[in-house]
Amino acid sequence: MQITSPSFKENAREALDDEQLQRAMRHVRGNFVGRRQAAIDALPEFEELRDNARAIKDHVLGHLDLYLEAYERKVEEAGGTVHWAETAADARGIVLDICRMNNARTVTKGKSMMTEEIELNDFLEASGIRPVETDLGEYIIQLRGEHPSHITAPAVHLNKDQVESDFRRAHTDLPADRDLSEPVQLLSEARQVLRQKYFEADVGITGANFLVAETGSSIIVTNEGNGDLTQTLPRVHIVIASIEKIVPTLDDAAQIVRVLARSATGQDMTAYTTVSTGPRRANDLDGPQDYHVILLDNGRTSLLGTEFQDMLRCIRCGACMNHCPVYHTIGGHAYGWVYPGPIGAVLTPALIGIDKAGHLPNASTFCGRCEAVCPMRIPLPKMMRHWREREFERGLNPKVARYGLKFWAWFAKRPSIYRFVTYLAMPLIGVMGGPRRRFRFLPFALGWVKYRDLPAPEGRTFLQQWRDRQTLNQDARA
Amino acid sequence: MTDPETTAPRVGLFVTCLVDLFRPSVGFAAVKLMEDAGCVVDAPVAQTCCGQPAYNSGDREDTRAIAKSTIAAFEDFDYVVAPSGSCTGMLKKHYPGLFQGDTKWEARASAFAEKVHELVSFLTDVLGVDKVPAKVSGKATYHDSCSGLRELGVREQPRKLLKSVKGLKLTEMAEADVCCGFGGTFCVKYSDISNAIVEEKAAHIVNTGADMLLAGDLGCLMNMAGKLKRKRSTVEVRHVAEVLAGMTDTPPIGGR
Repeated sequence: MQITSPSFKENAREALDDEQLQRAMRHVRGNFVGRRQAAIDALPEFEELRDNARAIKDHVLGHLDLYLEAYERKVEEAGGTVHWAETAADARGIVLDICRMNNARTVTKGKSMMTEEIELNDFLEASGIRPVETDLGEYIIQLRGEHPSHITAPAVHLNKDQVESDFRRAHTDLPADRDLSEPVQLLSEARQVLRQKYFEADVGITGANFLVAETGSSIIVTNEGNGDLTQTLPRVHIVIASIEKIVPTLDDAAQIVRVLARSATGQDMTAYTTVSTGPRRANDLDGPQDYHVILLDNGRTSLLGTEFQDMLRCIRCGACMNHCPVYHTIGGHAYGWVYPGPIGAVLTPALIGIDKAGHLPNASTFCGRCEAVCPMRIPLPKMMRHWREREFERGLNPKVARYGLKFWAWFAKRPSIYRFVTYLAMPLIGVMGGPRRRFRFLPFALGWVKYRDLPAPEGRTFLQQWRDRQTLNQDARA
Repeated sequence: MTDPETTAPRVGLFVTCLVDLFRPSVGFAAVKLMEDAGCVVDAPVAQTCCGQPAYNSGDREDTRAIAKSTIAAFEDFDYVVAPSGSCTGMLKKHYPGLFQGDTKWEARASAFAEKVHELVSFLTDVLGVDKVPAKVSGKATYHDSCSGLRELGVREQPRKLLKSVKGLKLTEMAEADVCCGFGGTFCVKYSDISNAIVEEKAAHIVNTGADMLLAGDLGCLMNMAGKLKRKRSTVEVRHVAEVLAGMTDTPPIGGR
């Protein structure tokens, strides 16, 4: 996928002018926030669960090697194979080898951000293998040749009528006069079309919400049941997961599950929580013959021990973007790579470089709503600020901003000069504001006056007036 | 440092750069509220800015220098109070972290942070003020500024005091706790996005039918006032302290 993060500002401008997108984003704002709040209000121990969830992940991140190796042993005991991949290219190569060994022509896929991150679909297609997305949202955007704009609701940037026209365009073998006016009709049509694909597929690929060291299991949480069909019907099941998905025990996974869906969609739990452990056993009724897990690093270990380590607690619920005023106004595509919203603002610079993704951690008001709702208590604004520090240290931010800041800081560090200059300047600027007490235009504040008036200063500064008052009081006492 | 003549708490007013330069009335309203509550207030002239522009731009070195001079100017007071959630958050929540590894300054910053309070929560939570004698007629709506709300837990305190103002009716806007789009330098660096956010906020404000918008942070207030005035709204914009102190003789922020 082409990285467009460097043109974030232009992307945002386009998004703001896109009426379809703006219409769709109003639903995000309206729906996710209220539903999450209702789910949390109904669970008094939610804050305690957040603390537990954070503690579990913090513990794991301190002992990643131990749990990953224990997990590997358990997977192998269950008859599965574990592959270690350091980079995206390594992971893609392993997938291709497995597909080739099994003469795979078609691959079904459950929803997986990890496969977005490694651009698996494009790679498979280029290698002559057809990937079929089975999650409804992913299926829709695959038809449109787009990428997800949200990590749990990939097609959230679209409206129902857009999906309807995509289906009419793609499903040409269905009657042209069929009724698709209701969302449920779109859903059942997608079901009908996809059902056949599950049987045709040679390999099923899923991500993982959790890998359980205790049992060697991988767990996915879904709402459509497509993940189950993807991993049980084809001959081969491949799980692709980044290494920080590991938890010690099933009980740990269960605890985190309790905060996951509530934070994501406001559900107590997703409709399906699917645990898979190794290939089909002799007495199993279904399941794959081969079970592979690809443990992918792709930059994760480089965050360990840094100020960004907490980011590895992320369970990809999407609550941060659901509550982000910036995400609400521009949607996910403007961020220009796989992960949008606050998690993108922290993760994207780590994975593609701050030189390309510099806008992302800067395009935040630091309103703190993301951190307030993050079930894993990830201090997202703080980490965005750390990226700004790295950017500043490397001199990557714009020169105008840099010199402007240095100029201002020079005064701010010298109170008596600062006072002298502001004593002189503010009354003057105040008078310039005129009787309306505001500016419609000011040459040195164009970014401000483009959209708003600038309230004029009242006149003399507070400190100037305060000093007069103190002098008066002293005189009065004397 | 207690006042030699009384045992009244001595408060250092960190007036904030925006109030100092743009709206001194907020500073005097803060002084009145605290003096009425029995404090002895002083505003050291060695103050400039809390350092957020540097801090949020990644410039740690300048931030530390500014923080040191602020701490030195204020650390002898019993309390340090600012009429802003954002600047208070900086002084209270972020200063100590600036000096990690510098034992001496870390200790000074932490001791200083203990004394720092946002104005309205200082009145209610520290001084126990539960009503004010002010009279201001009108229908007001209150915006929760982000740092005050989420870093400091300022939510009910201003509403409680506003309800005691004679003649004032308080009405809630939709999404009062959602950011106004100011964000310091954000509002000029990403002015298109900032504008979209404040447009939404302005619509919520106007929809309440209130004739007055109040909040506890001048940055947010100037942003919202600027947008409302550009849209030719007649809503008066004021800092919550002005209303609580009954000092509404000065024209509102951005004029009428």
